[in-house]
Amino acid sequence: MLLSNDHGRLLSPLGAKITLGLLLAAGVLVPLLNLAVPQDSVFHVPTYLVSLLGKYLCFALLALSVDLIWGYCGILSLGHGAFFALGGYAMGMHLMRQIGDRGVYGHPVLPDFMVFLNWKELPWYWYGFDSFPFAMLMVVLVPGLLALVFGWLAFRSRVTGVYLSIITQAMTFALLLAFFRNDMGFGGNNGLTDFKDLLGFDLQSDGTRAALFATSALALALAYLLCRWIVGSKLGRVLIAIRDAESRTRFLGYRVEFYKLFVFVLSAMLAGIAGALYVPQVGIINPSEFSPANSIEIVIWVAVGGRGYLHGAILGAVLVNYAKTYLTGAAPEIWLFFLGGLFIAVTVFMPKGIIGSLEQVSARVPLLARVAGGRQ
Amino acid sequence: MFRKVLRISLVAVALAVLLPAAARADLLQDLQALTEKSNETKAAAVESLAAGGHERALPILEAYLDGQLFQVKADDRMVIGEEAGKGYRIFDAVTGEAAGELGKRKLRKVRINNRLRQVVKAALGGLTLGSADPAARMRAADAVFRSAPAEMVAPLEAALASEENARVAERLRRALAATRLVNAEDSALRVAALQTLADFTDPDVRAVVAGVLRNDDAGAPLESDAAVRAAAQETLATIERALEFNRFLASIFQGISLGSVLLLAAIGLAITFGVMGVINMAHGEMVMLGAYTTFVVQEVFRTSFPGAFDYSLAVAIPAGFLVTGLVGIGIERGIIRFLYGRPLETLLATWGLSLILQQLVRSIFGPTNREVGNPSWMSGAWEVAGGLTLTYNRLWIIVFALVVFALLMALIRFSSYGLQMRAVTQNRPMASSMGIRTGWVDAMTFGLGSGIAGMAGVALSQIDNVSPNLGQGYIIDSFMVVVFGGVGNLWGTLVGAFSLGLVNKFLEPYAGAVLGKILVLVVVILFIQKRPRGLFALRGRAVEN
Amino acid sequence: MSEAAPEMAPAEVEPSQLTEVPAAVRAAADTILYMDGVTVSFDGFKALNGLSLYVLAGELRAIIGPNGAGKTTMMDVITGKTRPDSGQVFFQGETDLTKLDEAAIANLGIGRKFQKPTVFESHSVLDNLELALKGNRGVLASLLSRLAADQEARIDAVLERIALQDQRRQLAGSLSHGQKQWLEIGMLLMQDPDLLLVDEPAAGMTDAETAKTAEMLQEIARSHSVVVVEHDMEFIRALDCHVTVLHEGSVLAEGSLESLQDNRDVIEVYLGR
Repeated sequence: MLLSNDHGRLLSPLGAKITLGLLLAAGVLVPLLNLAVPQDSVFHVPTYLVSLLGKYLCFALLALSVDLIWGYCGILSLGHGAFFALGGYAMGMHLMRQIGDRGVYGHPVLPDFMVFLNWKELPWYWYGFDSFPFAMLMVVLVPGLLALVFGWLAFRSRVTGVYLSIITQAMTFALLLAFFRNDMGFGGNNGLTDFKDLLGFDLQSDGTRAALFATSALALALAYLLCRWIVGSKLGRVLIAIRDAESRTRFLGYRVEFYKLFVFVLSAMLAGIAGALYVPQVGIINPSEFSPANSIEIVIWVAVGGRGYLHGAILGAVLVNYAKTYLTGAAPEIWLFFLGGLFIAVTVFMPKGIIGSLEQVSARVPLLARVAGGRQ
Repeated sequence: MFRKVLRISLVAVALAVLLPAAARADLLQDLQALTEKSNETKAAAVESLAAGGHERALPILEAYLDGQLFQVKADDRMVIGEEAGKGYRIFDAVTGEAAGELGKRKLRKVRINNRLRQVVKAALGGLTLGSADPAARMRAADAVFRSAPAEMVAPLEAALASEENARVAERLRRALAATRLVNAEDSALRVAALQTLADFTDPDVRAVVAGVLRNDDAGAPLESDAAVRAAAQETLATIERALEFNRFLASIFQGISLGSVLLLAAIGLAITFGVMGVINMAHGEMVMLGAYTTFVVQEVFRTSFPGAFDYSLAVAIPAGFLVTGLVGIGIERGIIRFLYGRPLETLLATWGLSLILQQLVRSIFGPTNREVGNPSWMSGAWEVAGGLTLTYNRLWIIVFALVVFALLMALIRFSSYGLQMRAVTQNRPMASSMGIRTGWVDAMTFGLGSGIAGMAGVALSQIDNVSPNLGQGYIIDSFMVVVFGGVGNLWGTLVGAFSLGLVNKFLEPYAGAVLGKILVLVVVILFIQKRPRGLFALRGRAVEN
Repeated sequence: MSEAAPEMAPAEVEPSQLTEVPAAVRAAADTILYMDGVTVSFDGFKALNGLSLYVLAGELRAIIGPNGAGKTTMMDVITGKTRPDSGQVFFQGETDLTKLDEAAIANLGIGRKFQKPTVFESHSVLDNLELALKGNRGVLASLLSRLAADQEARIDAVLERIALQDQRRQLAGSLSHGQKQWLEIGMLLMQDPDLLLVDEPAAGMTDAETAKTAEMLQEIARSHSVVVVEHDMEFIRALDCHVTVLHEGSVLAEGSLESLQDNRDVIEVYLGR
């Protein structure tokens, strides 16, 4: 007999405790092993690895944001990379302004690419990005605003399912084309790069890298708690109701479009934060982040880990990206075969992903069931 | 042969009558002048040769241009030499009679340089006005139009009087008017010439007319005659209007061309979406496979039947259909069947498949573009009017897209498979309960949709680069066509494809290609506000669930 | 093709600023549902053809009719799923339902039970009832919602009424067909609407379940207005109420079941073809 899980308690399933525990442990240990342990020790974590792991955490946050709307509300966004990239650009613009006159051309205000394009003054939409708080506000506001407008248009006219997926893809594609243009003022093809420092800390230094990693781990943990709170509340149950029987939910008097809009905007903001944390760790943001292929890849992270399980999204993002790092290094040709095969295998053989399958297989093994224990 | 002789003699007679001074002695003198050192003397000699109207002028000038005009060192005789073994077979320049062979060292080449080549070419333009080949006469007329030398007025008048080919006559008229405009003293004649030029919608003519209105460095008009300036202004306006109209027609053609490509790419997507509610993200890769099938077929033709290359597409179209159709059926039976009722998962699985197919093709054929040739009947262009040229490959693709569409409509309307397919589209459970094997219909539909994509690939291989990414370039636009046109009605796809094609091409001149594309995407997103299920949506209770 | 796509959601409208209320509606103050001349066509096919129907407050009304008579389309019009091409639909004598969307109509106090039982299968029985519970439907209210003691008591009462006390923690998807029907009725009770629209509640039920369902509906009808669409004549007989016969999108006859069984037109519609 299938029984529903307890809800309301934030940390009820074991899986949630494990996830948070691991995140906090990593957030403390990895920087510690990098900074405090001598380089020749076996326990030393090299700086490149810190940044790599930090990148994984950003992707995990991105996957979490996609899982919130796809896993719990049935909105399959194939354009979530756009929100990630917009958050990244907002951070990138701040980092560009921080360069000041240390650029190749030494212009006190204009970034190098603008000097190169012979621009005379800063476009109005670059104003304010020299201020860190303003830039951080934009990191969530810009993706949130785009999601609000786009979502309002789409959900109000009840664009759902495959249709919605296609137009989200069109959205990120349109942005991809737009950001490739030099006259948009975002560095065109090359994007924004050659960053120097953040809040006065050198981006190349081990300390800054470790701090960025710890910040990413903290952000992911907080976002995870926020998502758990939402899906555990009655709001979360309305979302699942919409996912499973949208029209029935309407007949109960719920304004489905407002609920969708709420999670869609929230999810876009989380994606924006992920992008903002990602950019200083990889040192570049360019239009390729908008490519539709990137956005679809995010979805497969969630599917591998298990959609509808918040810790599944995190697990999937880390696993698939580790495989990507490994395979593109070891045998680049194999990577696309592997990724393509993963899409097919997961959808056909493992529709509930790793966590979901774990739950199914081990319904009789109490411990495993408790580890899985999300809300499907 | 007779016509050629007649034509040459006609022009020769005309020239001879107009210039009675021309004589054999002059010819000899001009020939000798060509051997002088001064370029001015040489140029004058070339022009004199051409103007002299001697029948040997043409072969002499052609030989000169080709570097085959020589002077025999021993006796200063002018000869034309054709390379033969180590030496030259020579012909007397004046008489054209064969004069045996001579070694290289016994001949002195008559020197030519680039500036002289231009002079010779212009002169030849005048002379070849009498050629028997209409294409050559047309070229000659155009050459004169560009150089517009004063001495060509009379030969042009003569040639125009005797011209029988209407199109050549038009070009002669154009050349004559331009020549008169540049050279005539009489302002009435120049005004008349300008009025004649107004008939020609052509950027070159516009340039000539605009030249009349130019100012000198001080800002004063170069043309002092007000009447001529006014006529030029009027002519320029007329030409601009006509050119504008032709640009408009060209935009329509480009729009229809893009629309036909989108139609081919989207139609298969639309029927699989309509019948199965499934979006095939690997649809673009089916197009790509069709293009590579064309490549393989052409390779076989190149190596085994090079003479029959023009027929390669006749094999590639059915081959493309079969290959991709079978792959499509394979995909349906192997993957999609298991994802029935889960359209979003199907979307993801087919995306995975598209990644695999791309990488597979990249591994087999390499990541670079593959060379696919146009058969001769698809190369070239049809020049309708100035500024309006329609390339044959695009014209054929429009025809092909419409034929495919018509055949598909016929198949759906008149075959029993089509009836079953329509039944499943409208109400799957009902169709199933009436004994229609929906699984079979699904497989056939997927095969059909993929097969059409394959044929689209064959067509696209004729106008686009054949690379592993070929399909990705079209897939989002095809989605937009399907979203815009609505599901379940192929007319919607037709209207959607051509509307998007036209809108794209009309926006391009104002917004640029990229911004135009962005605008189209935004327009489609806004459009589905009004009609969430597309232009031609099915209505009724069955659609809802 | 008509201009107004039926799926379009309208802007929110205050009930007070709606179109003028017909005099007939105002006159009959106890009319809870007033439909006049309602026509709906799908690509030329008229699913409803000038349908006029009045339901009194507190009434239990049965609607019968052969397949394609327009029963479900009528429900779709009342609940805002389908916009009529012409005609008027008023609720409680003052609210024009054709201007509102599904959520607004549900919040006015019209509940609907579907032909095919639609419960939220991946939610427990308890969650299903909690979702249906009358209350603020806003996003933030949902996020901060906590069940009060009296609300839990109401849920318990309904659980008892639909005989699902023992299944309260079970996922709705794992219930039997009959239990799902009851759960859906239970959800209607939680919504506590003024008007209930019930589409074929007895479809696919055993005789015992059917009898129990009829009992439940009669009990509900004591405190609510109920419109029941049904095929099963035994079930209608058990309800013992006023019956309306629909045919080809309009009302063919009205009256008690006994009087209708002798009606020539009704016999012809049901048996003649």
